[in-house]
Amino acid sequence: MTVREVAASAYREALPALAASVVGGLFAGAVLGGMRAELGDISGLLVLVPALLATRGNVYGSLGARLATGLHQGLLEPKIDLDDDRLRGAIAAALANGVLVSVLAAIATYAALTALGSNPASLLALVLIALLAGIMSGIALTVAVVSVVIVGFRRGLDPDTFVGPVVTTTGDFVGLAVLLLATRIVAAALGGI
Amino acid sequence: MPEHWTVRAITRATLPLLVVLSMVELGSGLVLGSVEDTLLASPSLLVLVPVTIGTAGNLGSVLAARLSTAVHLGTVSFEADDDALVGNAVATFALAASVFPAVGAGAWVTAELVAGSTRLSPLRVVLVATVAGVALAVLAVAVTLVATYVAYVRGLDPDDVVIPVVTNACDVLGVLVLVGVAAVLAP
Repeated sequence: MTVREVAASAYREALPALAASVVGGLFAGAVLGGMRAELGDISGLLVLVPALLATRGNVYGSLGARLATGLHQGLLEPKIDLDDDRLRGAIAAALANGVLVSVLAAIATYAALTALGSNPASLLALVLIALLAGIMSGIALTVAVVSVVIVGFRRGLDPDTFVGPVVTTTGDFVGLAVLLLATRIVAAALGGI
Repeated sequence: MPEHWTVRAITRATLPLLVVLSMVELGSGLVLGSVEDTLLASPSLLVLVPVTIGTAGNLGSVLAARLSTAVHLGTVSFEADDDALVGNAVATFALAASVFPAVGAGAWVTAELVAGSTRLSPLRVVLVATVAGVALAVLAVAVTLVATYVAYVRGLDPDDVVIPVVTNACDVLGVLVLVGVAAVLAP
């Protein structure tokens, strides 16, 4: 193939997924734009955003890749059976790691901002927000990834080709919305932050 | 990848990289935090943050996936005149140049809807998004080529290594470039 043909085919194949992810990204942006009051009140929340979003992508992207490989290798039955030890192990590991890394990111954010002489919100508030957001988005992403990968495989599709965009798009729609919800719950529970 | 899918085995295989990546992302969070007042005052820039990060990461991951496949198929040579290499790089620039103006326009409309009056004109937001997007395409191509080449030379499976590295590097670069471009073009 000539350079022109390679470029044209790469462009055509990538554009639809990229355009869909832009729509998801703009939704995430709308939520972030709509939570300016919370971002202003809770110092450190904005600093935490990239780490939380990336952790979702990394943990549940890896869950999707693991399930896809397991299905290809025949290690996993293509059915949603929570009595299956492998499926249960993969899901439990993703949820545990996702929540653990989110909480670590909150602690590190607090430590970094304190070291830099900023005045972050309380450690308890940041940790609780990261914990709640991690649990809620973890459940939503697990349901999306497990069902889409297994159902797609059963219909003869290769999950490797769509698990990435599914995680990204679900993460965009769920990640920041859940962060806003978690922030409001924690603010209400702690009586303002 | 562990054959035994226990929480312990999976955690041992993935947790160290997850912690490192989240600390790198914390660095880009600190950059965002340093311009927090500007972002809160200009909702269109705040809206641009997640969509720029996501689009930059996707541009990188699409290129990385295509180059990984080319490596597996043996159809890429890492020479400057390699058609597969140059063609995919050209496609990445073309994708950035066509998607990011729409990202800018979409961000302005979104900010107008959720935040009411916006500080920046629509043209200014489109300009910021487009300049940042094209700069990010250059960086995404560079990072992907280096990461794929290193994986190839070391005999690592590019699928395992390159995609997470490229996606997270593009996330971080997305924040740095957006903040830098906004500081120059939309002070």
